[in-house]
Parts: sequence; C-alpha cells; structure tokens
Amino acid sequence: MSYIGILVTYIFVNNFILVKFMGICPFIGVSKNSSSAIGMGVAVTFVTSVTSVVCWMVYHGLLAPFGLEYLRTISFILVIAAMVQLVEMVIRKFSPSLYKALGIYLPLITTNCAVLGIAIINIDSGYNLLESFVAGAAAGLGFTMAIILMSNIREKLELTPVRKSFKGVPITFISAGIMALAFMAFDSSLLTNLGLV
Amino acid sequence: MKNSHLKELTKGIWKENPIFVIMLGMCPTLAVSTQVSNALGMGLGVVFVLTLSNIFISLLKKVIPDSIRIPSYIVIIASFVTILEMLMHAYMPSLYDALGIYLSLIVVNCVILGRAEAFANKNSVLDSALDGIGMGLGFTLGLTIIALIREVLGSGTITLFAIGSWDGVIRIPGLVSTPIRVVGMSAGALLVMGLLKAFFTWKESKKGEEK
Repeated sequence: MSYIGILVTYIFVNNFILVKFMGICPFIGVSKNSSSAIGMGVAVTFVTSVTSVVCWMVYHGLLAPFGLEYLRTISFILVIAAMVQLVEMVIRKFSPSLYKALGIYLPLITTNCAVLGIAIINIDSGYNLLESFVAGAAAGLGFTMAIILMSNIREKLELTPVRKSFKGVPITFISAGIMALAFMAFDSSLLTNLGLV
Repeated sequence: MKNSHLKELTKGIWKENPIFVIMLGMCPTLAVSTQVSNALGMGLGVVFVLTLSNIFISLLKKVIPDSIRIPSYIVIIASFVTILEMLMHAYMPSLYDALGIYLSLIVVNCVILGRAEAFANKNSVLDSALDGIGMGLGFTLGLTIIALIREVLGSGTITLFAIGSWDGVIRIPGLVSTPIRVVGMSAGALLVMGLLKAFFTWKESKKGEEK
C-alpha cells in the first residue's frame, strides 16, 4: 500500500476513535473544550509517531532475531511508558508553556489504547519502518481530528437544552455515534476509487 | 466480618459496575460487543487478569516504592495478559482470532489499572481477590448486555459457544432476515452505549426522587 493510502486508511477509513474505538476514554474525558482537545491531539500524535518507530525497531531488532515475539506486549508497554516520560521531560525543558497547557494529559497517554494499538497493528500488518511511522502519525492525526470535532460539538451542546438523563456523557456518546454514521461513508471502497490500494 | 468480604465481591457486579457506573474500559467494551460469545470470552479474560493482578499487587504493596508504582503495575498486568494470550492461543484459537488485537489491549484497560491503584494497593489479599472477581464479573455482565442488544438487533442472532452438533447460534425468527444492520456497526455501538448510560442515569434519578 502506498504511503498516501496508509495515511487515508488511518485518518478516515479506520479512524481510531470512530471505527476502532481505541482511545475512547480521553475522547470522552478531554473533549469538553477545544483548547485542551487540540493539546491532547498534538501530544497523542507525537507519541504515536515516535513509539511506532521505536516499537518497530525493538520488535525487528531485538525480539524477532532471538525468537522472543511473545514478549511483545510487555516490551511495547515499557517502550511507551518510557517514551511518554521522555516526551514529558523534553517538553518541560524546551517549552514550559506547552507543558503547562498539556498538564495531566501527558502521563495519561501511557494508558491510551491508541498508542499500544498502532504499535501492534504495525507489526501485524508487516509494515516497514517508514510505513510504521506514517501509520503512527496518521492514527494520531485521525484521533486529533475526531477529538477536535467532538469538542466543538460539545461546546455547542452546552448551550442546547438536553433532557436531564441525557446530559453529559450519554449525549456525548450519541453525538459520537452520529459522527461515526457520517464516517461510514469512508469505507474501503474509497481507497479503491482513489487508486491507492 | 464475613459480610464485608461478600460486599467486596458483589459491589462490582451492580452497584459500582465498571462499565455503566464508573465508565472504565470503554475501548474493548465497544469494539468486542458485536457478538455475545466474544463478549463472554473477553469478560472471562478480564476476570482472569484482574483477579491475578489484584492478588499480586496486593501481595507486593509493601515492596513496590510509591514513585514507580504505576510502571510496576503495568509490568505485572502485562505479564498476566501475555499468559492469557498464550493460553487462549493454545486452547481457544477461534476466540483468540475473534478478539484479535483487543486481547493485547487488556494491558491498557483502565478497569485493571484503576482497581490496582484504587483498591489492591490498600487492601488485604483476600479482599483484593474478591474485588477483582466482582469487578471482572461486573465488566463481563455490562459487556454481555451491550453485546446482547447489539447482536439481537444488528444481526438477529445470539452466538454462544458450539456444543456437539449444535453450532451455538440462536436465530430469532423475523429479525434474522431483516436485522437493523447499523446497530451491529461501529456507529451502533456508540449509540447503544449512549442510550444505556442515559437509561441508568434516569433510573438513578428516579431512585433519588423516591427517597
């Protein structure tokens, strides 16, 4: 598959939130206003891109040559925890204002399914190093797009009369469901029609 | 005393149900709830990992330094998930294929880390084990309810495990030929979850009014 094909696949066709349900927790928790949604999206995109590359190197450089494939889950989650810690330190050193804006969302990225998910998908799909990087970045961008759209919807919902039992989380899920209905237009035939497969 | 142990077991099943009340572990809930058999398999996997990780974390609670407790918990959980993956791959290959990547993603299921942080590192081994079993069963129950709704409406069947000559699929007349397909798709999962959550909020508020 071409690089643009991978990009379109993970941003639209297999959008991590609306189709694969990876990263639903921060999607519901952090989408209350658009500035924190953008911060979360950027941080996740950065971490998915970097961990995709590092996990690929760990798997093909360390685990596969020694037949240790079964240690995949443990080593990947350690890589992710370490990368998130590193990203946290680098951001704190070079851009204290961004660090302050992201706040507690940074350490929470470790337990975001999307990060471990894309690392495992990269290995299962047999991508090479560059393809893994593109897939990781695209998954993060798809997450960012969905969470920013959702935060805008939620800001509007604040001003709309909603029945008491639907207030808060239930109406968020239903809005996300309607968004997912719209995203069903992007199915795999999109890739064929664009000639990207 | 015995009564309080029983409470640790039962609270997770309904009163503090991880899915409907605390809203943890949403990712696998929505993704795996397309078939009842997948939901039961995933639920049992979570019971297995949650109980064992709760026991171990409770045993090690005095040994693990506070500052690195989260990484330590994740390593303990990841080890049990790897054991579960190997067991399922060996003995239940069809379920292993159906759950796919979501089996590995049990590692980052917030229910397990959440219970480790909120319960197991403060309580005794027995209470932690009971809490793990109860929370795991509550998770299974929530997951199965969603899967039941989605499978019955979305494809008109109830898939259980095949026994002997029976293929394990209950077909509901009328719905099999004309199911509401969207409920089985990804959008349906979010809609069903939203409606169920609204239903539970409504029931809670009614209970509050009666008091």
